[in-house]
Amino acid sequence: MLAYIFRRLFYAIPILIGVNLLTFALFFVVNTPDDMARMQLGVKRVTPEAIERWKVERGYDKPLFFNAAAMGVGQLTQTVFFDKSLRMFALEFGRSDDGRDIGNEIRTRMGPSLAIAVPTFLLGLYVTVSLALFLVLFRATALDVWGVVGCVMLMSISGLFYIIGGQWLVSKVWHLVPISGYTSGLDGFRFLILPVVISVVASIGANTRWYRTLFLEEISKDYVRTARAKGLSETTVLFRHVLRNAMIPILTGVVVVIPLLFMGSLLVESFFGIPGLGSYTIDAINAQDFAIVRAMVFIGSVLYILGLLLTDISYTWVDPRVRLG
Amino acid sequence: MPFQPVVLVTDALLFVLLGLIVGAVWRARRSPPMRRAWRDVGRSRSGMASATILVAFLGIGVADSLHYRPLLESAGGTKSSVYSAEVLSALDAALTPLRVRVERTYSAPLATRSFAKETIESESGAIARDYPRLQFAGAQLADPDRDRDQDVRNRLLRGIGLGLGAAVLTCLGLGTFLGRGQEGGCASGWWAILSGRTTVRWRAALITVLGLGAVIGGLAALAPVYHVFGTDKVGQDVLYLTLKSVRTALVIGTLTTLVLLPVALALGVLAGYLGGWVDDLIQYVYTVLNSIPGVLLIAAAVLMMQGLIDRHPEWFSTAAERADARLLALCCILGLTSWTGLARLLRGEALKLRELEYVQAARAFGVGTPRILLRHILPNVMHIVLIAVVMDFSSLVLAEAVLSYVGIGVDPNTISFGTMINAARMELAREPMVWWSLGSAFVFMFTLVLSANLFADAVRDAFDPRRG
Repeated sequence: MLAYIFRRLFYAIPILIGVNLLTFALFFVVNTPDDMARMQLGVKRVTPEAIERWKVERGYDKPLFFNAAAMGVGQLTQTVFFDKSLRMFALEFGRSDDGRDIGNEIRTRMGPSLAIAVPTFLLGLYVTVSLALFLVLFRATALDVWGVVGCVMLMSISGLFYIIGGQWLVSKVWHLVPISGYTSGLDGFRFLILPVVISVVASIGANTRWYRTLFLEEISKDYVRTARAKGLSETTVLFRHVLRNAMIPILTGVVVVIPLLFMGSLLVESFFGIPGLGSYTIDAINAQDFAIVRAMVFIGSVLYILGLLLTDISYTWVDPRVRLG
Repeated sequence: MPFQPVVLVTDALLFVLLGLIVGAVWRARRSPPMRRAWRDVGRSRSGMASATILVAFLGIGVADSLHYRPLLESAGGTKSSVYSAEVLSALDAALTPLRVRVERTYSAPLATRSFAKETIESESGAIARDYPRLQFAGAQLADPDRDRDQDVRNRLLRGIGLGLGAAVLTCLGLGTFLGRGQEGGCASGWWAILSGRTTVRWRAALITVLGLGAVIGGLAALAPVYHVFGTDKVGQDVLYLTLKSVRTALVIGTLTTLVLLPVALALGVLAGYLGGWVDDLIQYVYTVLNSIPGVLLIAAAVLMMQGLIDRHPEWFSTAAERADARLLALCCILGLTSWTGLARLLRGEALKLRELEYVQAARAFGVGTPRILLRHILPNVMHIVLIAVVMDFSSLVLAEAVLSYVGIGVDPNTISFGTMINAARMELAREPMVWWSLGSAFVFMFTLVLSANLFADAVRDAFDPRRG
């Protein structure tokens, strides 16, 4: 098991290098540091000296890949690629264009993101799996048919409308909770409840339908018939047998997103003014702050690879036949 | 010539796509298994109804893709004709009354007076604060406060009547055409359709045509004299904006898959069939792309593309061309980030197919690899491609709205659902609320995505061999 984990982590290195090369190509080769400086400084203040100063301040003045002027190893290390991309492997993200330390920002903003993402994830999973089981219990009845129709309708609504509609109805018409904002601690509960509920509702349509198909696929198998033949009640069959056997396909989709919860949700955080990583990313995109976007891309892919590894490990928990080796 | 045709790149690609669809239909008519599968699609009532609505949306999109530059009024007898820099479409021409009647600012649906109070100087010179009358909406009424409801009702009834009449005529034509081959003549064919006994659920389609006729008739009767869905901040008619958004949504939903298709097909099938280092390499590429969170990769690529386009204004002769290039680039970027899923499915299928007897036999006969791929593998993975194409459409339409909201979507000057929602979001804070642009974007988007979802379900049920 441990050997397997180490091997998988080792495989991750070429993938992360690939990710780095790709983002590096996107950000430095197509848009050279000169273009970036011109964009950041605005049209009025562009002088060759200003561009040069901007680049020196942010460390973009070195050659991209190969520094002929340096000696020895420095030929490779004193380059933009080494400084800006490879250093991320040591989790050194450098400074954003407005001069703040990105690593520090990420650490402080992780909390609010998780405060939204974790309850959303757990509640969403609970609600959608229960609804799906409920529909399967009443399969091939009018309730099931209309349930599926409802799911298709819910999944045809853009996430933007869920957020806008929810904010308008709950905060503006009913005045139940503040429309947006955030404080840490227990007091933050009233700020968190609306975004969490809205995110859960927005995920009901697609997820319920997906779990329903998973359960239906499982329910046509032989062991289910055997269980019924033993005289088990339909609910026991569903909860004790079908649910447990459907765990593998459920875990495949679910576990991989757990590490990504750190990244927060772009839309929800920006609509509700939550100072998490999602709104950080959106602000960076709007300000065209490439240093932050690059850091988030790197973190995102690390977390994704971690998620894949966790998925494999979780299989061994739910299915004793699976052995990692 | 009174106008100069303009073919934008997305127009051309959209027509290529239409051509491909027509070609595929032509081929499918001659292949019994394909005909059977499509008949299964037709057997679903929701599939038929949603297909009808999709055809209507496609009609709007195609009309909006026939672009031209109108001739300017020649000043001072110059011989050479000068064309306007503004690129219009056939839809714009049809909707001229909606396009040019721009009010000053917000007005509510069907309103005759402005949304906000203004200081008005009456003819006698007295100054009062009141809701001024709109410049265009309800201009034909002498006393709008008294006559408007009556007028709206009359026009609506007449419009719905006319629309229904036209729809009935269409249905009659269609039904007669469909029933012509029936034994017992037209009448029995008609009866079969009306009682819902045909294999293909034509009745569902015809009922949808009636509904569409009523809606279009009602809108067409009111739109020339009122702003049916109100006006936005700069006074543009919201109905016009919504109709224009349809093309953007269609382009994003279809062209994205069109540009990603060759890549996904080639890489997926090659990886699965050849195996070995080719498989390793292709898997590496798509694992790398997959491991970057989609939004971030799109953001990175779009930011880069924006920089590139901003630095080369000389590439484009009109603003429409530049917006179009951005739209196409967005499609390419979305395609680039989402081909991985399809490629993985195709790889798995090719892996399975290469072990089957008929492929083994072809190989034993000495058929070359390219020929096996083209003749034996490719036709047998096409159902996966078709299912992926129709399933992706709705999620792409939804993604466009989100991306435009985040600021990495279409050009801000391109009319799309995303830009409409983005603009409308600010208006929600007003008191009383400006809800109509959001509302109409919601209604149209919901209809489009819902029918796409229902149609995709019907197609998947018919083509996926795992579903009985």
